[in-house]
Amino acid sequence: MPINYYLFLSLALFSIGMVGVLTRRNAIIIFMCIELMLNAVNLLLVAFSKMHHLKNLAINPMIGVDGQLFVFFIMVVAAAEVSVGLAIIVMMYRNVHSVDIQFLNRLKH
Amino acid sequence: MAMLSFPHIAYLIPLLPLLGFLINGLGRNHLSHRAIAWICSGVMALAFAASGWVFWNLPAGAPTILTAFDFIRVGVLNIPFAFQLDALSALFLLIITGIGFLIHVYSSAYMHEESASQYGRYFAYLNLFVFSMLLLVMGANFVILFIGWEGVGLCSYLLIGFWFRNPAYAQAANKAFVMNRVGDLAFLIAIFWLIARTGSVNFIDLPMALGTVGQSAKLSAMDITGITILLFIGATGKSAQIPLYTWLPDAMAGPTPVSALIHAATMVTAGIYMIARSNLLYTAAPLVLTIVAVIGLATALLAATIALRQNDIKKVLAYSTVSQLGFMFLALGSGAYVAAVFHVMTHAFFKALLFLGSGSVIHALGGEQDIRKMGGLKKSLPITYWTFLIGCLAIAGIFPFSGFFSKDAILLSAFLKSPVFYAIALFTALLTAFYMFRLFILTFGGSFRGMEEQRHHLHESPLAMTLPLMLLAVLSVVVGWIGIPEVLMHGGDRLAEFLSAVIPVASGHEVSHATEYMLMGLSSGLVLLSIYVAWSRYKQYRSEESESSLTRFLDNKWYVDEAYQAAIVQPLHRLAGWIRSFFEPRILDGAVQGVGRVVRYLSQQIRFLQSGQTGNYALWMVIGIVLILSIQFFIRK
Repeated sequence: MPINYYLFLSLALFSIGMVGVLTRRNAIIIFMCIELMLNAVNLLLVAFSKMHHLKNLAINPMIGVDGQLFVFFIMVVAAAEVSVGLAIIVMMYRNVHSVDIQFLNRLKH
Repeated sequence: MAMLSFPHIAYLIPLLPLLGFLINGLGRNHLSHRAIAWICSGVMALAFAASGWVFWNLPAGAPTILTAFDFIRVGVLNIPFAFQLDALSALFLLIITGIGFLIHVYSSAYMHEESASQYGRYFAYLNLFVFSMLLLVMGANFVILFIGWEGVGLCSYLLIGFWFRNPAYAQAANKAFVMNRVGDLAFLIAIFWLIARTGSVNFIDLPMALGTVGQSAKLSAMDITGITILLFIGATGKSAQIPLYTWLPDAMAGPTPVSALIHAATMVTAGIYMIARSNLLYTAAPLVLTIVAVIGLATALLAATIALRQNDIKKVLAYSTVSQLGFMFLALGSGAYVAAVFHVMTHAFFKALLFLGSGSVIHALGGEQDIRKMGGLKKSLPITYWTFLIGCLAIAGIFPFSGFFSKDAILLSAFLKSPVFYAIALFTALLTAFYMFRLFILTFGGSFRGMEEQRHHLHESPLAMTLPLMLLAVLSVVVGWIGIPEVLMHGGDRLAEFLSAVIPVASGHEVSHATEYMLMGLSSGLVLLSIYVAWSRYKQYRSEESESSLTRFLDNKWYVDEAYQAAIVQPLHRLAGWIRSFFEPRILDGAVQGVGRVVRYLSQQIRFLQSGQTGNYALWMVIGIVLILSIQFFIRK
């Protein structure tokens, strides 16, 4: 499969995630959109890694492996982020009975 | 006694008053009157003893240079912190510490009514004053001299304004300080000029700079003229000559012993000393010498005429000091440096005597200074009366009192310079005799004109005050005998001989003995006549003196203060007012506040960025990233 398909798919996922972050007010949905963006990047990394690996197999069989390593890092960080982020959202809901981020605009003052 | 070598003792001379200053200044809240008086007078006595020792053990010939450390060393310029001891500085050391000591002793009684803290402050200043003056005369170069020069300026300010709660006194202190600064500026420029041309400020390098020892001169004629004129302007500030003399009469605001110190031992003689010290430069600039002589003569005459009509006992003495300083400058200008130094010396004794005597009178009358309200003090103040009489005779120049010899030397030098100068100087000397005896007769003669209460309190001053008076009276008589002119006694002029290492004896035109006798006789006779006129005029006190436009003119001191006020002070005030009302609020404040206003306006404009909405911030972040990426892709290619 040509690399272009992967590129377009991950660009579409990233854009959906970004627009979601910018437009939605529900904290949980924003959170999901962030995950979407992270995974779009993961997809891209894996696609490029595979491409380079196949192309340079004869020269160096280890090439392109680092891209996939990064994907694992991102997954770990995303998992950690989810645990902290969800905890924050739970606390937020307990305090203000809402997960609307517009409600939390006190930073302005 | 191997430890106490010549340099050690020489260093002690200025260090002792400095020590006294530190002890009294720091411990003024903890020491008693008695301790303060003993410490400060004690250090002065020791300094005087050290000065005497240095004077007797002074190595003959070349001056002794004592280098303490390098003060300024920049590139080729090297200014050591060094002292120069030779005949001239040793002589001044004796005068300063000797008279300074007597004034300290006198002050211990005169200022006794001050609280211990104020008493300590007073003596600390007094010691610092003497220290500065010692630094001034001991310095081996113009820079050290200048440090002392500034020191005496500062101390005079502090002491004139000692009773600073009185606004008039504080004003007088300011006036003295500001006027001195004007002269100091000229002095400083002269020093810079000298450094720029010769690279050295040491006194012993002056002959080399002038090219008198086989080398080509480093100073052109114009340099010498410029430097000497600037130095002279410096001297007019410190030594109260036209046009910077008006601070000295106002300096009477300070306690009377301070006036004695300023007028006799320290401060005003600094200008004379400085010019005598740089006499080689002045001799090389005949034009400047004439200017010095003319200014001195004009000051002498001006001050003497003003003194004729003053009614404040200290003001009369102040103007007489200005006048006598004019005489000294006349001598300097006539090239008779020795005569000037001689007059500094005799004047120091009799003027200290007169000021301390007037202090005794003021003390007895409980602060009264107006001679119209005195009179008849002969009976109640016998010691003051007799010593004051000796002082008056000395300043008038009656044989054999000291003033006769020094004034005669000056008159002779003026005669050699020009007979016109001589005539004016002689006239001024007659005025001197007249106003001094007017002062004397109004103070001590006739009957008491003060309040009944004051008459009741009339008393002779305590021993601490009369003892210095008596000592100074004796010295005022005998000190002139070191400079007896050749014509009266062969080898009598020991002063000129003593100073010959520092001040070369001019082998100018001599006058015949007959002429010299004639000049002496003329001046003595006319002075006696002048005293008689003063006596016959003032023996019967008349409260109403004749008023005419001339006397009014003199009463107002030639309107010099008013003229300065109108020509310099008022325009400056107006300038300051304009700066305060326009320049400062509009331009300075405008600039400062303008910056603030611009920042405020800009921040108002971009305030909307800070919306508090997380989404907004994220949007800006995305826009930023997109921008950076586009730059990467499209521009940086």
